Amino acid sequence: MSDDEVLLRVRGLTHRYGARTACAQVDFDLHPGEVLGIVGESGAGKSTLLHCLATRLQPSAGTVEYRCADGRLREVFALSEAERRLLLRTEWGLVHQNPRDGLRMEVSAGGNVGERLMAVGERHYGRIRTQAAHWLAQVEIGAERLDHLPATFSGGMQQRVQIARNLVSRPRLLFMDEPTGGLDVSVQARLLDLLRGLVAQLGLSAIVVTHDLGVVRLLAQRLLVMRGGRVVEQGLTDQVLDDPQHPYTQLLVSSILRV
Amino acid sequence: MHEAGYNFAYLDEQTKRAIRRGLLKAVAIPGHQVPFASREMPLPYGWGTGGIQLTAALLGREDVLKVIDQGADDTTNAVSIRRFFARTAGVATTTRVVEATLIQTRHRIPEAPLAEGQIVVFQVPIPEPLRWMEASERETRRMHALKEYGLMHVSLYEDVARHGRIAKTYDYPVMVAGRYLMSPSPIPKFDNPKLDRSPALQLFGAGRERRLYAVPPYTEVNSLDFDDHPFTVERWSQPCALCGATDSYLDEIITDDAGTRMLVCSDTDHCGARRAERPAEECTP
Repeated sequence: MSDDEVLLRVRGLTHRYGARTACAQVDFDLHPGEVLGIVGESGAGKSTLLHCLATRLQPSAGTVEYRCADGRLREVFALSEAERRLLLRTEWGLVHQNPRDGLRMEVSAGGNVGERLMAVGERHYGRIRTQAAHWLAQVEIGAERLDHLPATFSGGMQQRVQIARNLVSRPRLLFMDEPTGGLDVSVQARLLDLLRGLVAQLGLSAIVVTHDLGVVRLLAQRLLVMRGGRVVEQGLTDQVLDDPQHPYTQLLVSSILRV
Repeated sequence: MHEAGYNFAYLDEQTKRAIRRGLLKAVAIPGHQVPFASREMPLPYGWGTGGIQLTAALLGREDVLKVIDQGADDTTNAVSIRRFFARTAGVATTTRVVEATLIQTRHRIPEAPLAEGQIVVFQVPIPEPLRWMEASERETRRMHALKEYGLMHVSLYEDVARHGRIAKTYDYPVMVAGRYLMSPSPIPKFDNPKLDRSPALQLFGAGRERRLYAVPPYTEVNSLDFDDHPFTVERWSQPCALCGATDSYLDEIITDDAGTRMLVCSDTDHCGARRAERPAEECTP
């Protein structure tokens, strides 16, 4: 793909917690419609990297450029706080590992999904409700649960409400931190299926952080393998998983239990 | 004259000056919460320590003070605060809105129209309208700074989803001058329209939370709502049982052990004035 189509460009991204380096010199490009997986063991710096990309952490060095809806590539940390927060609730979405971090537990599912609409000035209750019902249906939650609190939902449903809450603003880029973490295998499979369908249907770009190679195999076209804060290998998902080059990737791939 | 041993209106001059500086800032930025060094007052938090400090900072010897609580001049809170200033400042007090230059109030705005030159001081328990949706002060301050008020509508959405209408009846959030989201203090939403473009200066003091804010005269104040669920005020099916008013805020009073009820004006001065001027047809609205 040509250079002017890059959606997100990351160069030399480094984050240190005091003297400890959590991630170092990360470079990659993300193109529209592409899903990038970031894998590695716990403590490899995956989540730190994701939080830097989603501007929840200020990186110690490096740049993150994003092509805004107007077509211009802009450095996200040079945006004003107001612009950045607007970006985060319109063109971007962030799905947390724990749905409790991404949902308002005291607000109904419909209110959770409608929040972004109200944040950008929607003031028509009927339309907000229709939209909320539509997006909940997209994640296979029926209209009869619209007014229920997320606390009354199962873990898998909460995760789906969280996804609907992010999709309602028609984002172009979705950040997901272990979206299937803490769910049992059958629920994981269904959620992955759903995510894969939505990403394809909506033409979303996404960055998925996970330690689960199965997740990236299903969702991601491209893969970054991280260890000790550094990217040790990157490439097409199937290529990396079927023919791992770096010893750590080989170890990772061979560690999967086959039932 | 006022009681010896205290400075005029209880607070020392330095404190009053600091509060007045805060008030000037608040007037300059309508609806914005200004922090101030709230002092210990000789009454407990929740009894109007914020309002009383504002009043103390504003009172001059020529002022005529009216204090109301839930619309009434004769309730404990109103009586104590009125007597407090009668003793510590020696100012004249009144129950008539037209005679007052400064009105301190809890839970109501008088029914009688206010005039230019009058000041209304509201007692505020919780100045932050976003408090119930966002617990972090740091975050709510940022939301005010960036005018991110979508969250307040989430709370209204929840009301409509649960009750079929916006169920908030008091402390109904307002936008001031199209910029700041503001808690009008726990006045009934019936009084919200009176805040809009009022000729009087409206000041709000929260003692425990150490915040003050203001709505200058003739400032636009809008109550939040949805396009398809517009803001409305309370209506009653009967007039006031004492004065026959149909346009005032009514309280329900139980008059005996059998549960007999009557609806009467919550604004005692308004009600009394109307009864004194009978027949009712000749009353000014």
